[in-house]
Amino acid sequence: MIKVRIPTPLRSMTGGKGEVESTGGTIQELIDNLDSSHPGLKDRLCDERGEVRRFINIYVNEEDIRFLTGKHTPLKDGDEVSIVPAIAGGSL
Amino acid sequence: MTELTEEQIQRYSRQIILPEVGGKGQRKLRQAKVLIIGAGGLGSPIALYLGAAGVGTLGLIDGDRVDLSNLQRQILHTTACVGTPKVESGQQLLAALNPDVHLRIYQEHITVANVMDIVSEYDLVLDGSDNFGTRFLVNDACFFAKKTLISGSIFRFEGQLATIKPHEGYPCYRCLYPEPPPAGLVPNCQEAGVLGVLAGTIGILQANEAIKEILQIGESLADRLLIYDALEMQFRKVARPKDPHCPLCSSSPRITTLEEHHVSCQVS
Repeated sequence: MIKVRIPTPLRSMTGGKGEVESTGGTIQELIDNLDSSHPGLKDRLCDERGEVRRFINIYVNEEDIRFLTGKHTPLKDGDEVSIVPAIAGGSL
Repeated sequence: MTELTEEQIQRYSRQIILPEVGGKGQRKLRQAKVLIIGAGGLGSPIALYLGAAGVGTLGLIDGDRVDLSNLQRQILHTTACVGTPKVESGQQLLAALNPDVHLRIYQEHITVANVMDIVSEYDLVLDGSDNFGTRFLVNDACFFAKKTLISGSIFRFEGQLATIKPHEGYPCYRCLYPEPPPAGLVPNCQEAGVLGVLAGTIGILQANEAIKEILQIGESLADRLLIYDALEMQFRKVARPKDPHCPLCSSSPRITTLEEHHVSCQVS
């Protein structure tokens, strides 16, 4: 099982949950599996070519997948994945 | 550096007795020039704490006026100030708090036209703006001007914090997020909502990191991103490496001048 941390802007897709569990041997498989249990999540994370959007970072444990092997980054049981989008609020 | 007055020694005594600060650190704070972008949710606690700590020169830029709906979190402003420019309201409170502080106010928004002139007057820039366009512009301007930037941002119950100093070999904001989100993919700013206390938490952490940068003490957040979840009460730090393909700070940059970003706050 892989623990996935869901950021506030995407919690509407996970019934308000900040953490969900899923499976997958790579980030790509994990995103596909997450999309099966939470339909629409993949569209929020990836562009039309299936690439992770440039204002969303995904971390395996504490490492950014852009500096590993991107969506092909391997995952193992017990890994923690965090989804961290850019946020802009300050004055609001 | 001129010596501290008796009154200053008394005012700052609780931090001067810290070995990491001392009289020397207090004089460094008095010499420091810090620009605060936005006199809102983040800018308020930043200005109050840096002003109280005796930072000598504070620049405050904000083009907006105080609205009643700001007061839940923008503690630099009071009910009597509704309708007045935020920088004027901030000036009144800061002058009352600490007459030592030299405050420079700019009642305008940050733009491609004014950002370099303003940023160049300061040692350190703290971004508390409310939109991606300003954030990317401020990052790029600080990169070109070689100024350290402390970036804080908030959304609902979540906050992010990073110290950005590519001129010392660390990553820039674009190494973390190369591009702003396209219009339509970010939630409406007003509908998104934010917990007032969250603005305070992140703003105070920005002020903390600013004092550390001025005094050159402790661990800098220059290669980490701090993520705060107020509901879970969890702080996490993740690695923030320098991107060898960064469009701005890599050896072959795509961005070589300031550019406008128009990122609207509309829901798709």
